[in-house]
Amino acid sequence: MKLIPGRGQSILEFGYGFVRDQIVVGALGEKDGKRFEPLLITMFFFIVGMNITGIIPGINLAGSATAGLPIVLALVAYVVFMYAGIKKHPGAFFKNSLFPSGVPWPLYLIVTPIEFISTFLLRPITLFVRLLMNMVAGHMLLVLCFSATQFFFFSTDLPFTLFGAGTLAFGFVFTLFELLVAVLQAYVFTYLTAVYIQLALAEEH
Amino acid sequence: MLSALLAAAEEEASSPNPLIPAVYDIIWSAVCFAIILVFFVWKFLPAIRKTLDARAEAIEGGIKKAEVAQAEAAAALAQYQDQLAEGRAEAAKIREQARADGGKIIAELKEQASVEAARITAAAQAQIEAERQAALTSLRAEVGSLAIDLASGVIGQSLSDDKKASALVDQFLSDLESDEKAQAK
Repeated sequence: MKLIPGRGQSILEFGYGFVRDQIVVGALGEKDGKRFEPLLITMFFFIVGMNITGIIPGINLAGSATAGLPIVLALVAYVVFMYAGIKKHPGAFFKNSLFPSGVPWPLYLIVTPIEFISTFLLRPITLFVRLLMNMVAGHMLLVLCFSATQFFFFSTDLPFTLFGAGTLAFGFVFTLFELLVAVLQAYVFTYLTAVYIQLALAEEH
Repeated sequence: MLSALLAAAEEEASSPNPLIPAVYDIIWSAVCFAIILVFFVWKFLPAIRKTLDARAEAIEGGIKKAEVAQAEAAAALAQYQDQLAEGRAEAAKIREQARADGGKIIAELKEQASVEAARITAAAQAQIEAERQAALTSLRAEVGSLAIDLASGVIGQSLSDDKKASALVDQFLSDLESDEKAQAK
């Protein structure tokens, strides 16, 4: 690290600055952001790295297109936002989450189960499923395009061979798209984790 | 067409290796990768390199400029401080000189005054002495002549009765007074 950044350091600084400003400080603010910054930045770049393998020839499968990695990441996010909430409001965290203030008490019969499902079940599950399915779908699309290309180029006669060029073009477009999705899903996952932490830290829900 | 596809799929399924992707996958993704790589190397990297180098240069230039400005400011400050110290030293010197001069002047004046006083005293004493001498001399001469006058008067008159004696003394004194008056005129 130098005072006057070289090319590599500039790119590194740009990436770090993007995550810190857009995700960490954007969702959590300066003070709480500093506490969770190491985790969130690690999370973002880890997911980007795992997603990008989906378009690298010879690997062709995103690390996060198998269930294990998204499950672990979702569990980490789950534990972290629960930890943040319980540490900030010992004893009151579950009450705040399940019995939001300002609601007439009969409504708790409906609100509390909904809050319970959405906060303690759906949050980790959606984190897990969103990342996994995005990467699986991307992988499927690429495999479809490339296998179709192979088939049209080498197993069909002339008029149909031309389709191969079309499917290859689609494969190229989806490769670019996967590049975008890799970063976008890392952003979404990290941002949602930050938002969950922020909600757990907030005084009232 | 469909049977060919199925045959290909079967062929793939018969020898599955979970770590190595299908050959077609590698080939065609490599083609896409190569296209993206070429685009990066030809277009994107030069542009971003230029930008990053320009930014580094700008930052470097800014830092250098700030350093130069800081050095200049420090030099100016040192110069001012030097001048200030010099001025203070000079002022102290002048003050010291003035104090010494003042002391000298006062001492000189004191000396002059004492000399003058001694001179005046000496002159007054000399005058007094001279006047005393003069008075002594004149008195001595007068007393002599007066005694002689008085004695001649005494001898010339009978000293039997007191009346005559006192009249003689009175006359002598009045003569003396008139003499003095005439002398004063």
